[in-house]
Amino acid sequence: MGFLDIKQATKSYGAVQVLQETDISVEEGEFLVLVGPSGCGKSTLLNMIAGLEDVSSGEIAIRGQRMNEVRPAERNIAMVFQSYALYPNMNVAQNIAFGLEMHGVPKPERDKKVQEVAELLQITQLLKRKPGQLSGGQRQRVAMGRALVRDPDVFLFDEPLSNLDAKLRVDMRTEIKKLHQKLGTTIVYVTHDQIEALTLSTRIAVMFGGYVQQLGTPKEIYDNPANMFVAGFMGSPSMNLFPATLADAGGTAQAEFTLKDGGTGVLPIADPAIVKHAGRKVILGIRPEAITDPDGADRNSKAIHQLEAQVEVTEPAGSDTFVVTEFGGKEITGRFRADVAVQPGTSHTFAVNMEKAVLFDPETEARIR
Amino acid sequence: MAQASSDTAVRTGSATRFIIYTVLIVFCLYYLLPLYVMVVNSLKPLDEIRGGGMLSLPEVWTLAPWGSAWSTAQIGVEATGLKPYFLNSIIMVVPAVAISTLLGALNGYVLTKWRFRGDTIVFGLMLFGCFIPFQMVLIPMARMLGLMGLAGTVPGLIFVHLVYGIGFSTLYFRNYYAQFPTELVRAAMIDGAGFFRIFQRIMLPSSGPIAVVCIIWQFTNIWNDFLFGASFSDFSSQPMTVALNNLVQSSTGVKEYNVHFAGAIMAALPTLLVYVVAGRFFVRGLMAGSVKG
Ligand SMILES: Nc1ncnc2c1ncn2[C@@H]1O[C@H](COP(=O)(O)OP(=O)(O)OP(=O)(O)O)[C@@H](O)[C@H]1O
Ligand SMILES: [Mg+2]
Repeated sequence: MGFLDIKQATKSYGAVQVLQETDISVEEGEFLVLVGPSGCGKSTLLNMIAGLEDVSSGEIAIRGQRMNEVRPAERNIAMVFQSYALYPNMNVAQNIAFGLEMHGVPKPERDKKVQEVAELLQITQLLKRKPGQLSGGQRQRVAMGRALVRDPDVFLFDEPLSNLDAKLRVDMRTEIKKLHQKLGTTIVYVTHDQIEALTLSTRIAVMFGGYVQQLGTPKEIYDNPANMFVAGFMGSPSMNLFPATLADAGGTAQAEFTLKDGGTGVLPIADPAIVKHAGRKVILGIRPEAITDPDGADRNSKAIHQLEAQVEVTEPAGSDTFVVTEFGGKEITGRFRADVAVQPGTSHTFAVNMEKAVLFDPETEARIR
Repeated sequence: MAQASSDTAVRTGSATRFIIYTVLIVFCLYYLLPLYVMVVNSLKPLDEIRGGGMLSLPEVWTLAPWGSAWSTAQIGVEATGLKPYFLNSIIMVVPAVAISTLLGALNGYVLTKWRFRGDTIVFGLMLFGCFIPFQMVLIPMARMLGLMGLAGTVPGLIFVHLVYGIGFSTLYFRNYYAQFPTELVRAAMIDGAGFFRIFQRIMLPSSGPIAVVCIIWQFTNIWNDFLFGASFSDFSSQPMTVALNNLVQSSTGVKEYNVHFAGAIMAALPTLLVYVVAGRFFVRGLMAGSVKG
C-alpha cells in the first residue's frame, strides 16, 4: 500500500470508457508524471484523484483512506490548472489566501503564509495586482503559490507549463524540480511533453488510449520500453524502429535487414536468450545516441558492432550531427560528434551499441525478451 | 483606400451621408415629439391647453399640475394623487427585480456549473414559461393567490412577477455563465469553497454586465405591467400604471389634461432613470462574451 493508491480505477462517459482499469501506487514524496498524447485520459485520471470527476469503478485512496466519496475540499490536495484558473475579481494576495480562508485559517496567519509563499516564488511585488495585470509566467507562479500555501498531502498539476514560451518553460521546469526537492511533497503531474516527464519525474506513467502503457522510473521507461508506443513516444529524436529477421548464428541471435544498396545488414543481438526466437520477424529499436561514428561509441559497452551504410542526409545540430541512413527500408537517425566529417551520398561506418537495442513483435507491438 | 482607417463602417459619399442624417434627424424629432408635448403641456394651466396650440410653449409656466397629480388628484373614489400608488409600485418592483435577478443567477449557476440529469429539460421548460401569454395564467394565478392568502396584496403581485421574471433572468444568466470558465469553479472547490461560497465569491463578482441587463429588463417589464396590476390588486395595492389609468378615467367633469400629462411623465420617470443610470452597461452587457478581450 502506497501513499496514493489508484486501484483498478476506470472512467466511462456513458458507453465510452475513456480510462481503462488502472493500477498505480505512489509512495510519499514521489514525483509521478502522467504523460501521453492528447486525449489519452491524463486529465481525466488527475481529476479523479482530485475528486472533480467521479470514479466509475475501482478505488482511489490517500494515506490508506478511500477517497471515492470524499469531496475535493476534504481530500487535502492542491491543484494547478492548465489555464491557471486565477479568480479574476481578486488580487494576487487574495487569490493565494482564498483556500486558507475557506479552511478557516485566521487572517494574521493567512497574511504570514501568503508572504512566505510570495517570497519563495518571488512574487512579493505583485501581491496587490489583479490576475489580468500579470504576464503568463507571473500567473503561473501565482497559480503555484495558491497550491503551495495550502501545504497539502498531494499536489496535482495539469500541464502547468504548456501555456508558456519555450525559454520560460525550461526555467519553470527547473523551479518546479527545486521546489519538489525542497518540500518533498508528493506530486502527480500531467504533461504531454516527454522531456518534461523525463526531467521532472521520479516515476512516469506513459498513457495511450485510456491504458497505462508502462509505469516505471525515467531510466526504465527510456532504456526498457514495454512496447513500441512507449519506445516511439519517449525520447527526442525518437527511437529508430525498423523491421528485421532474427537468425541463429551459432548459439547467439543476429538481426538481418536490407540496406539501401541492396546488401544485407547484420547486427548480433547482445542478449543470448533471444536465440530461441530465431526465424522470427521482429522490429528492432535502437536510439539515435546508440548509433554513432566508431570513435564516438560508448567505451563501456561490450557490444559495439560496426556497419557500412550509405549516408542520406546530415543535420548539424551544434554539439552533434544527426546522420540519416536507411535500415530495413526505414529512415534511421544516428548521432555523430560534430567534428566528424560525413558527406551525404557517401558510405560511412556506423557503430551500433547493441546493448541498447530492443526487440518488438511487429503484430502485437509488445517487447520481445 | 490608401489611408488606414480605424472604423470598420462602410464609407459613403457626402451626399449619401447628408440624406442619412436628414432622415435620422426627422425620425428623432418625430419620436421626441410626444415627450415634448407631454412635458410642455404638463407645465401649462388648463385653459391654455383648451385654447388650442398643443405644440406651443406655455405662456404661464406652472408646476401646479405636477403637485396635483402627485398628491391631490382624484384617483378612482379618493383624492390622494398618485403618491401612494407610486410607493406601491416601488415596494413591488424593488423586491421583485432583486429576487428574480438573484434567483436567475442561482439557476444559471446550477444549470451551467452543477449540471444534473435532465437539466436541459428543466431549462427548456423555464424558457417555455417565458413565452406563455399572460392572459392564459390569469385565472389559475388568481386561484393560487387566493389559496396562498395573497390575493389583492403587494406581496401577491411580487409573487406573480417573480414567477414570470425567473424564466427570463435564468435565460440571461445561464447563457452568460456558460462562457464562464469551469476551471475557476473547480479551483474554488479544491480550495474548499462550497456551493454558495463559490456563487457568492467567484460567480457573482464577475456577473456585473449581465446583472445590469437583467435588472433593466425586469424593472421595465414589472414597472410597466398593467394587466397583472389590474387583475390582482385592490385599491390599497394598486401599482402606478393602474392608478394612472384611474386618474385619466375618473376625473369627473372637466378633463385635466395637464394633470394627466404630469402623471404620465411621473409613471415613466423611474424606467427612464434606470436606463440613464444603467444604460451604458446595457449594450456592453448584451455584447459581453461575444468577443474575446
Ligand atoms: N464529458 C465528457 N464526455 C465524453 N467524453 C469525454 C468527456 N471528457 C473527456 N472525454 C474524453 O475522454 C478522453 C480523455 O480526455 P482527457 O481530458 O483526460 O485527455 P488528456 O489526456 O488530458 O488530453 P490533453 O492532453 O489534450 O489534455 C478524450 O478522448 C475525451 O474526448
Ligand atoms: Mg488534459
